[in-house]
Amino acid sequence: MVDSGADVATRSLPLSGVHGGSAAVRLEVAAPAGRISLRVRNEDVSALSAALGVDLPVKPKTSAFANGRTALWLGPDEWLVIDEGNSGLTTAAANSGALHSATDVSHRNTAILVEGPGAVATINVGCPQDLSLKAFPVGACTRTIFGKVEIVLLRTAEDAFRVEVWRSFSDYAFGLLSQGALDAGQ
Amino acid sequence: MLLIHCPYCEEDRSELEFRWAGEAHIARPENIAAISDEEFAEFFFLRNNEKGLTYERWRHIHGCGRFFNAARDTVSDRFLMTYKAGLPKQQVPETGASEKTVETYEATEGDAR
Amino acid sequence: MSGPANNLGAFRIKGAGRLTPARTSRFTFDGKSYTAMEGDTVASALLAHGVHLIGRSFKYHRPRGVLSAGPEEPNALLDVSRDAARRQPNVRATVQEVFDGAKISSQNRWPSLAFDVGAVNNLMSPFFAAGFYYKTFMWPKEAWTKIYEPIIRRAAGLGVAPTEEDPDRYANRYAHCDVLIAGAGVAGLTAALSAAATGAEVILVDEQPEVGGALHSDATTTIDGKNGFDWAQGAAAKLKAMPNVRVLTRTTVFGYYNHGFLGLAERVSDHLDRPGRDVPRERLWQVRAGRVIIATGSIERHMVFANNDRPGIMLASAARTFLNHHGVAVGRRVGVYTAHDSAYEAAFDLKRAGVAIAAIVDCREQPGEAVLAEARLLGIDVLTGHSVTNTGGRLRINSMTVARNGNFDIRKIKVDALIVSAGWTPSVHLFSQSRGKLRYDEAQQRFLPDIYAQDCVSVGGCKGTDDLAELIDEAITAGGGRLALVGENRFDWTGGMIGAGEGAGPDTTVKAFVDFQHDVTAKDIRLAVREGMHSIEHIKRFTTNGMASDQGKLSNMHGLAIAAEMLDRPIPKVGLTTFRAPYTPVTYGTLVGHSRGDLFDPTRKTPMHDLEAAAGAEFEDVGNWKRAWYFPRRGEDMVAAVNRECRTVRDVAGVFDASTLGKIEVVGPDAAQFLNLLYTNAWDTLKPGKCRYGIMTREDGFIYDDGVVGRLAEDRFHVTTTTGGAPRVLNHMEDYLQTEFPHLKVWLTSTTEQWAVIAVQGPKAREIIAPLVEGLDISNEAFPHMSVAECTVMGVPARLFRMSFTGELGFEVNVPADYGAAVWQAIWERAERMGACLYGTESMHVLRAEKGYLIVGQDTDGTVTPDDSGYGWAVSKKKTDFVGIRGLKRPDLVRDGRKQLVGLVTNRPSDVLEEGAQIVADPNQPKPMTMLGHVTSAYWSENCGRSIAMALVAGGRSLIGQTLFIPMKDRTIAVEVTDTVFFDKEGGRIHG
Repeated sequence: MVDSGADVATRSLPLSGVHGGSAAVRLEVAAPAGRISLRVRNEDVSALSAALGVDLPVKPKTSAFANGRTALWLGPDEWLVIDEGNSGLTTAAANSGALHSATDVSHRNTAILVEGPGAVATINVGCPQDLSLKAFPVGACTRTIFGKVEIVLLRTAEDAFRVEVWRSFSDYAFGLLSQGALDAGQ
Repeated sequence: MLLIHCPYCEEDRSELEFRWAGEAHIARPENIAAISDEEFAEFFFLRNNEKGLTYERWRHIHGCGRFFNAARDTVSDRFLMTYKAGLPKQQVPETGASEKTVETYEATEGDAR
Repeated sequence: MSGPANNLGAFRIKGAGRLTPARTSRFTFDGKSYTAMEGDTVASALLAHGVHLIGRSFKYHRPRGVLSAGPEEPNALLDVSRDAARRQPNVRATVQEVFDGAKISSQNRWPSLAFDVGAVNNLMSPFFAAGFYYKTFMWPKEAWTKIYEPIIRRAAGLGVAPTEEDPDRYANRYAHCDVLIAGAGVAGLTAALSAAATGAEVILVDEQPEVGGALHSDATTTIDGKNGFDWAQGAAAKLKAMPNVRVLTRTTVFGYYNHGFLGLAERVSDHLDRPGRDVPRERLWQVRAGRVIIATGSIERHMVFANNDRPGIMLASAARTFLNHHGVAVGRRVGVYTAHDSAYEAAFDLKRAGVAIAAIVDCREQPGEAVLAEARLLGIDVLTGHSVTNTGGRLRINSMTVARNGNFDIRKIKVDALIVSAGWTPSVHLFSQSRGKLRYDEAQQRFLPDIYAQDCVSVGGCKGTDDLAELIDEAITAGGGRLALVGENRFDWTGGMIGAGEGAGPDTTVKAFVDFQHDVTAKDIRLAVREGMHSIEHIKRFTTNGMASDQGKLSNMHGLAIAAEMLDRPIPKVGLTTFRAPYTPVTYGTLVGHSRGDLFDPTRKTPMHDLEAAAGAEFEDVGNWKRAWYFPRRGEDMVAAVNRECRTVRDVAGVFDASTLGKIEVVGPDAAQFLNLLYTNAWDTLKPGKCRYGIMTREDGFIYDDGVVGRLAEDRFHVTTTTGGAPRVLNHMEDYLQTEFPHLKVWLTSTTEQWAVIAVQGPKAREIIAPLVEGLDISNEAFPHMSVAECTVMGVPARLFRMSFTGELGFEVNVPADYGAAVWQAIWERAERMGACLYGTESMHVLRAEKGYLIVGQDTDGTVTPDDSGYGWAVSKKKTDFVGIRGLKRPDLVRDGRKQLVGLVTNRPSDVLEEGAQIVADPNQPKPMTMLGHVTSAYWSENCGRSIAMALVAGGRSLIGQTLFIPMKDRTIAVEVTDTVFFDKEGGRIHG
């Protein structure tokens, strides 16, 4: 290797090569995505929504999706914005001209996709929330607890969820989801 | 396991998502640098630890992340109400629930005397 | 009998029971092989073969048999194993279903069940009365730990705990429902049908393999025109087919906690011959129910009389279940002793099945008219106003002694089984666990639900509802729906008694057992009262009545009545012990669930973990993190590796993984003002592009955390915290921001895991990283010590800190976590070629100690102020407010003589002190010595060529230059007090 510094670092994803799931549910590691933790006061929500191209939801436990971006309500002034492509999120937020805090957390989080008829049972192995469609419809999202780690849970379809988890907790989350998937298959 | 109503998420959530944060409505003195030792002790060290109706703070740490206030009966463990941080101490209706639900050793011992 | 029935047991009654011989299985009991039918419990299968002797009692080692047919069983506790690793003691024979190949053994006997040496305790029983332990082992005092306790421990306990790791899986599931119904007898099923019809989400739970509850024992009740048990199965099938209903059988609601939270233990595969690998053994359900319907029925009580514990004596309802459900007769000539009509029905069923009924002995003068008439019709001898005053037989009952009440004329009647009933105790356990208050029903001598503390309702037997039609109505109402259901039973029952029977009264010394599992007799309860125990809570503890694994399901009411009689007080005044979860024993496996092995706790690994492991790192646990501890080379032990690493860092350079340090992004126009309030330092004076070491105190003035804070822009700070402090520091900051300073426009985000952090420290640090950094001049002039910048490293956006925890020229390269491995690899390739090393947390600790840098939590303990640690300079004198400003002025925090952090060097350079060792001024003073403080950090310093240490010493800084002493077990070590900087005192290297 030449000491040119021109070498570009390659990306090593967490959860590479993991397998899990059962007949009732498929567990898949989500592709890398751009993410910001966005903090905005009430009065600036519309400015940030316009700048990001997705309406920041203001109702608890809801999310919005537009233009490849999902905005998840996490708290009264807090959203997790996920961009399936790669990024431009902080720049877009900055262009709003409104007061906010946008912090890049693309590498802090990783995501596991849980899909299949046993998805609810799989997540309920460690998540104490009521995940019935009545209480947690498609599009619902929340920060919550999963066994001994914190996750952000988003329901993407009747039988599909996205589990966002911090990088170093992802092995644990995947392991517990695998146990849940096994049990959901019974 | 307790079920706690988060005033920000506007629904009941499992205790697992929360963390207790001590007695409520203890404001940090604005001129804290100037207060007396006694006032500081009152503010920082002394707590009421009341049996029965207690005002306390909780944080929905694994949820919306907000701190909020709760009025809880420490005997029955019943939450009488929860409300947002910053609101003044709320009045709760007297329920008298404590007396009815005591299931302690002292209670049975008392009966036996 | 002949043919196949013989294989299934000589006591199987053709045509009786609900089991079909289609599938049979084989099991062994104490080495002997038996055949069972599908649906048999171990108890029913053994009884089918005429085996009544099943175990030995706990204290007296008395022969014991099967007493019940359900989970209340106190006697028939067995050791059940599937294979070498799967063995469980204290399994109730009446609950465990037979699976093919089960190896079952009796417990608490040696050398054999029929001849047990321990039975000598029975003869010694006068010495083992209640309170025996408390009184006998009082003195001499020393004998307790050396003699008594070891012997008692060896003799104590029932069964033998398995020694191997449990190979089974245990599952966990959270669930929610509108209505949870505990118990699937007539009441529970009816309530479930009613609730399900409203569209509510329903969970119906029953502990038995099949629904039906008391209908298991019944053969005559009809519901909806059908045989009761068949109706129950039909109702369950209907419920299972509904999308809003979940029916869980073999599942026990073991706990009813706060706010509608219930614990359920589902036995998933213990009954299967060969469970699949992925099938859990048990599953814990943690259910949050909107409303709970308690339909747990009632439990029959035994009669308390002399020698009421011989094998062959059992509850009448149990005999009825064995007959009507399992098709097994409990004897060929059965006696009945009762205070309640229900036992008559057992006698009728047995008689019709061809079993001789020796006599029904009824202690009441006036049993129910209807049952009396039926008995006459069937030609059964009924002795009203009589009692069984004794029994005969060694390993099985062979006679009962009967006397007219109040009369001494006795007669012996030959029997091979004796079925008993003292009436029924409503199962108020769950109601009571929910914190509901009970009331005493004087007429029926039972405790019933009175004041509800949660949204629940009791229906049926557990509420004291005896009439079937009334029970059905109440269940329908509880379910909230509409339903038309007619139930009919043959006899309405009357009767019941609690307390000791005839001949077991206060003036006797007979062994009339109240609590079978703990061998508590009526006499023991009376002794407890005589010894001054007047509360049932004291009596319980003195006698151990109700403290066995069956938790007094049969014994509590009897014990209470005997105590009340002795105390001459009404029963409610004696009190009832609190019912606590679990209702029946729950295995540890079920409670542990998935939290074992890799899932016991999260193992947090940094992005560079695998590369460090490949480089030979040993790891240490820091919280949940695995941190590289040291990197031994071939032939090196820890000391050698750490010495080499420490030397190399100062001679050349070292590469260190600092990713686990907590990081918090503080963003907003008021960010500096917020940090001013949270740290003792001043932050508004820090210019963008610079960083500063900060100390955080609590209001009390004690150090809470520390770390370097970099200002990236006017409104953006990159805060670092200690590894262990990361979550609590963020919580602490959020607390102040949300509740004390909500007016500040600033937000906090954890970025601990966003960044991989590679520290490069040492004289060659700059040379190592320089070619990899783009867009930034990192020369000493352009990028001096305590600088921070955003730049590009290997093509990825990075944050570069010029900082040091070693006292050397140092950088911390922050790159997005997924790039950590690649950047680490590139840095290490360069570093290695230059003769640098990888170093771990141990060397980091030594290197920072050589410089006197503090580790919060090691050199501080929550009672140390910045000034105590020599960091008074970090406390701003100009600020008018920060968290801790007032606490720091408290009299105790400003007094002379506080413990201060100082350095220690041992007189002998090779002596390395022990962390935690106490320090005294005069080692020859009398004990207890006056201790001045303790050693907080101590290492061998290869760079200093001697041992170094830090210590908190009272008035430490004024003692510099003096000699103090550290008394150890084998010698006293003399030390000199120094300042805390041991290496490069001038501090020039850091600016290199």
